[in-house]
Amino acid sequence: MSGWTTINGDAVALPQANIDTDQLIPARFMSQPRKDGYGAFLLHDVRESMPAHPLNHHAPQVLVAGRNFGSGSSREAAVYAMVDFGVRVVFAPSFGDIFAGNAVNNGLLAAQIEDALAADLMAVLGDGAGAAQVDLGTGRASIAGHSFAFTLDEVARQKLLNGWDDIDLTAQHSPEISAFCAARQAAHSWALPTPPQTRMDAKASLTKGERHS
Amino acid sequence: MNTLLDKLWHAHEILQRADGTSLLWVDRHLVHEGSHHAFARLAERGLAVAQPALTFGVVDHYAPTRGGEVAPDIRRMMATLGENARRHGIRLFDLHDPEQGIVHVIGPEQGLTLPGLLITCGDSHTSTHGAFGALAFGVGATEVAHILATQTIWQKRPRAMRIAFDGALGAGVTAKDMALHWIALLGADGAQGHAVEYAGAAVRNLSMEGRMTLCNLSIEGGARMGMVAPDAVTFDYLRGRPFAPLDWEAAVADWRGLVSDADAAFDREVTIDAGTIAPTVTWGTSPEEALPVTGHVPQPETLGTKAEHARASLAYMGLEAGMPLTSVKVDQVFIGSCTNGRIEDLRMAAAVLVGRKAVVPGLVSPGSAMVKRQAETEGLAQIFTQAGLEWAGAGCSMCVGMNGDLVESGKRCASSTNRNFKGRQGRGARTHLMSPAMVAAAAVTGHLADVRPLLEGRI
Repeated sequence: MSGWTTINGDAVALPQANIDTDQLIPARFMSQPRKDGYGAFLLHDVRESMPAHPLNHHAPQVLVAGRNFGSGSSREAAVYAMVDFGVRVVFAPSFGDIFAGNAVNNGLLAAQIEDALAADLMAVLGDGAGAAQVDLGTGRASIAGHSFAFTLDEVARQKLLNGWDDIDLTAQHSPEISAFCAARQAAHSWALPTPPQTRMDAKASLTKGERHS
Repeated sequence: MNTLLDKLWHAHEILQRADGTSLLWVDRHLVHEGSHHAFARLAERGLAVAQPALTFGVVDHYAPTRGGEVAPDIRRMMATLGENARRHGIRLFDLHDPEQGIVHVIGPEQGLTLPGLLITCGDSHTSTHGAFGALAFGVGATEVAHILATQTIWQKRPRAMRIAFDGALGAGVTAKDMALHWIALLGADGAQGHAVEYAGAAVRNLSMEGRMTLCNLSIEGGARMGMVAPDAVTFDYLRGRPFAPLDWEAAVADWRGLVSDADAAFDREVTIDAGTIAPTVTWGTSPEEALPVTGHVPQPETLGTKAEHARASLAYMGLEAGMPLTSVKVDQVFIGSCTNGRIEDLRMAAAVLVGRKAVVPGLVSPGSAMVKRQAETEGLAQIFTQAGLEWAGAGCSMCVGMNGDLVESGKRCASSTNRNFKGRQGRGARTHLMSPAMVAAAAVTGHLADVRPLLEGRI
C-alpha cells in the first residue's frame, strides 16, 4: 500500500447518521475476490433505491458524513468498497471503532470533526460536490471554501503518510514476542488449549498410574 | 486500584510504543469463511500462520441450515476456509462436524474461551467472549492477517466504562432487554472508545448464556469490548468442557483475581435499576431506536438531533408515529444467532410456544450442532415444530443472510438477532430486535406483544 500526503478532489455530503457497514456494503457481495474491485458495491442498495444519491452523480475523494459512520460489522470490505470507489478521506463527528482501525490500514483517512462543522459542511455541499483539499502533513483541510483543522493521532498519520504495513513493523519485535510467549506459557499453562485427545491420553496415563500405585 | 480491563491488558502487553499503542499477545484467534481476505494476504507474502495451535476455524456465516442445493458461491466460501485450515494446520469445525456452530457459541461451548484470555476474531460480536472475563474484540481483515502472521495485535487501550445493573429483573425480562435498554439510553455510539464492564446484582444473577447475550451486544452500543468478571457461575459453566484446562485448580486460582479492585477508577460509570427494564423492542433501523413494548412508535420531532434519522427509519420500517408498538403486525419470526441462539434462549422461547400455534411462519436455527442436539433431547425442537415453526441447522442463518436464509423485501420479521440495520436480513427487510421469548410472543399473536402475560405460570 502506498502512502499519501495531500488529496485534491471533490467532496460530497452523506448527511445521514449511523451509516453502518451493512449499508456500506451489503453482505451478499462479500464472497467476491477483491481483485475485480469493490467500488460498485459501495452503498449499493441505498444508491439503487435513491436515484438522486450524490454517489450516483459524483465520484468524490472526500466524504462528509453523519455521526457513528461505519458502525456495526467488522467487515473490512466496507473500506475496500470506499477505497475502490476512489474515496480517500471521510470526515464525521464519530466513527465505529473497528471501522476506524480498518480505514487506516487501507490508506483511508477517517477523521473526526465537530458536529457543528459537519453540519456547516453538509449545508454548503447540499446534494452537490465541492472542491476539497486535505493535507495530512499540516492536519488541515478545505471543503467548498471552508478551511478547518482536523485531529488525527500520530500513529494513524504516520501509517497513512508512509503506507506502512504493521506486519513489517511487528517483525522488528520478534525477540520480544518470543520471550513473552514463552514466559506466558510457563506462568499460565492453562492458557494453552488442551486438545480433547491430549486430555484422554492424560486421563489414561493417570488411571494407569493409579493402578500401579 | 486496577480495573478488570487494566489487569487483562497488562497480562497481554508485550510492549508499548512511545505513542501509547500496545503490542498485545493473542491467546485464541478464531477465523471463519469471511477470513478469506486475510488468508489471501498471507499467501501473497508467502507467510505461515505463526501459532496454528492457537487458531481455530469455524464454518458459520455461510453455513447452509435448511438442506437442499447449496449455491456455488457458498460452497466456494466453505471450501476456501477448509483449504486454508488444512494448509496451515488449523483445527476446523467444518459444516458436518458434530461440534460445528456459530463461532461465538462454540468457543465457550468447547472451553476454548476462558477467563483471562485475549481472544480475537474477524467479527464484531467477538465481544461475546468477554462474558467469561476475557479481553475479546472484533478485528478487520488486515488485523486478522497480522494476527495470523504474528499472534499479536497493535491496540490503543480503550477507556474503561462500567455499567451497573442494580436490583433484579422482572419475570420475562432478559439480558437482551438489558442490552437494548442501555443502548437506547446511551445511543448506538454511547460507549464508543470504551471497554464496558457489566456489573451489579442483576448481572451476577445472569447465567453464562445471559452474560454472553449482554456482552455480545456491546458493539451495538459502540463498545468494541464488553466483559463480566468471572465467578462461580463462570467456573461451573466451563468445568469439563472439551478444551478446558487440565490443571483446573491452577486455572481457577488465577481466574479468581480477575475482578476490578474495589477502589478502581472508571472513566465513566452508569447505573441502571434492573427492575425498571421492560421487555424491549426496536422500532427503527439502529439498535438505539428501541422502546419498551408497552410504548408507542415515537414522534420524530420529539427526538431532537435524532429526528431526521427517526423519520428515515419510520419510512423504511413502514410505521406511523404514535401507533402502539403492540399494534405492529409481523410477517415472520426468527430465533437464533450468536446473540440468542443458545440453549437457554430456546428454552425461554419454547416456554411461550408450548401448547400454542404460531400464526406467522418462522425459522429457528440453534447456535450450534450441540445446542441442536440438546434441544432435541429436551423436546424443545418438537415444541417449535408443533407450533408450526421450521427447525433448521446451526449457523449465522437469517441474522445476516449470507447463507441464503433471507427476509424478503418489505416483510417484517420479529428477530432474536443483533442488528436492525437497513437490509441486514435481506434487501428491504424490516427487522424488529427482541428477546427469543418476545419473538415467540410475536409468533403466537402475529404482532409485537408483551411476553409477560404469555409466560404467566410457565416460568
